[in-house]
Amino acid sequence: MSKAGERLYNGLVKENPTFVLMLGMCPTLAVTTSAVNGLGMGLTTMVVLALSNMIISLLRNIIPDRVRIPAFIVIIASFVTVVQLLLEAYLPFLNKALGVYIPLIVVNCIILGRAESYAYSNPVIPSLFDGIGMGLGFTFALTCIGLVRELLGAGQLFGLDIFPDSVEPIRIFGQAPGAFFVLAGLVALQNYVRESRKKAGKEYEKIGSGCTHDCMNCKDSDGCSKRFYDEGSGRKAGGKTKQENAAAAGNGKTGNGSAVNMKAGNVTAGNRETRMRRADK
Amino acid sequence: MSELFKVSSNPHIRSKAATNGLMFAVVIALMPATGFGIYNFGPRALAVIAVTVGSTILTEYLFGLYKKKLSVTDLSAVVTGLLLALNLPVTIPLWMAALGGVFAILVVKMLFGGLGQNFMNPALAARCFLLISFPTAMTSFDCDAYTGATPLALLKSGEQVNLLNMVTGHTAGTIGETSVIAIAVGACLLLLLGVIDLRIPGCYIVTFIIFAGLFGGHGFNPSYLAAQLSGGGLMLGAFFMATDYVTRPITIKGQYVFGVTLGLLTGIFRIFGPGAEGVSYAIILGNLLVPLIEKCTMPTAFGYRKGGVRHEK
Repeated sequence: MSKAGERLYNGLVKENPTFVLMLGMCPTLAVTTSAVNGLGMGLTTMVVLALSNMIISLLRNIIPDRVRIPAFIVIIASFVTVVQLLLEAYLPFLNKALGVYIPLIVVNCIILGRAESYAYSNPVIPSLFDGIGMGLGFTFALTCIGLVRELLGAGQLFGLDIFPDSVEPIRIFGQAPGAFFVLAGLVALQNYVRESRKKAGKEYEKIGSGCTHDCMNCKDSDGCSKRFYDEGSGRKAGGKTKQENAAAAGNGKTGNGSAVNMKAGNVTAGNRETRMRRADK
Repeated sequence: MSELFKVSSNPHIRSKAATNGLMFAVVIALMPATGFGIYNFGPRALAVIAVTVGSTILTEYLFGLYKKKLSVTDLSAVVTGLLLALNLPVTIPLWMAALGGVFAILVVKMLFGGLGQNFMNPALAARCFLLISFPTAMTSFDCDAYTGATPLALLKSGEQVNLLNMVTGHTAGTIGETSVIAIAVGACLLLLLGVIDLRIPGCYIVTFIIFAGLFGGHGFNPSYLAAQLSGGGLMLGAFFMATDYVTRPITIKGQYVFGVTLGLLTGIFRIFGPGAEGVSYAIILGNLLVPLIEKCTMPTAFGYRKGGVRHEK
């Protein structure tokens, strides 16, 4: 289970989707007017993320490479529909508060990104925990933002009045500009902590690091012998499975095929392809 | 050969003008409006001014200590604090005024790299921040001397205004915006000293007059137009905030475009918008357009063709 623990840690701290990867900004900025809304949105996304990661990982050898994005969307959309119906039945107030942002979970780039960059090329259990870890990271971030915005913008915490009525809340924090202020402040705080830990020699990166196929965000990407090589499944760099080769070729052709690989761009994908050809020879 | 010529790279001519000199001139030019505000609204106006100036200076000083680069001596924090205070109603709670000062310096100026890097006017950004955050406190102009709506609000609802009082400043409004005469004295001083020129304020005011005449519903009725001009923050904004060196375009053509843009935006906000006032939003929106205006109006350098291509021999 150490793999599972590492995935949870990765999602919560090392690659926190909101504070580090800066993914899923739309729900992050729009629904975090209160801590409860942030928590609800985060947990809803986590459920969808974990389940879709699991199913995509199970089906990863069946889904044809060319239609993988539509296949992911279908799987994710099914879970979103299920979750929305459940919310409508059992938590109608949350459903009302989150509104259109629940159906929009379908196009949440965190979910699609994890499906593409992790679940599609990793075994089921790590994928499930990757989804839970990422979901928890998202929930944590949204709740933090919601707490600060609710405290400053409405003078409340989880709906309870904190300040006396004589203190007027700073309403801008309840509106869109305030979301940007709070997000920027929390990211800055997080970077500050990260930097000071780095100076003290306690780097996050060194704890339980594993190849996530994300060479763009990997520090050891240059001259890494394991590029595009999965530790978990024990395959060697030379003997790639057909599926991975196809994925690499797909990346080379489409370039911006996925939300996460978009950052890597054509250059990295091209390099991968050349490397792959050499390996084949 | 009796004299050795010094060989050096340009610039060969240096001006003695420094940031703190210009800022000091602006502070002096704001004194008539400040003095009239204190006379008009009583000692509480002085308290508001002291709090905002104090908070801006303190924020700049503390941030300078943190960054180990003290910039408080360039007096820009004083100008920001003073302008912010002149844009606040006299009844505002003092902690809100202090919060505005901190926001202006810390968020709008220092976090973007300090003076010269701020993308919008700090004082106006802080005013808009306070206006969104505390809509009631920022728009209640009830004080001992004057109670009730501002002349612009009256004008918008179609009532009569006392034009003479608006020009002298005996009316409701923010601390520094009421007296056209006091602002005009300061503006003339700045014009004479050469700190500002008439390009931006002139284009701004002329465009606004034309817009208000066309769409204001009263035609080119002189008393209506005069009331629109002397009401609200138009004069203060046009002469003291639209001309801010950092947030105006550097190209001359761009400054005309900037002035016209501000006039149009102010007209749209005042006449078609829900509120009576729109100068501060117009100016900060205009500030955001400045990089685009500069890009479009950048003159071609000597030796280059239009579009930055070097002239072929």
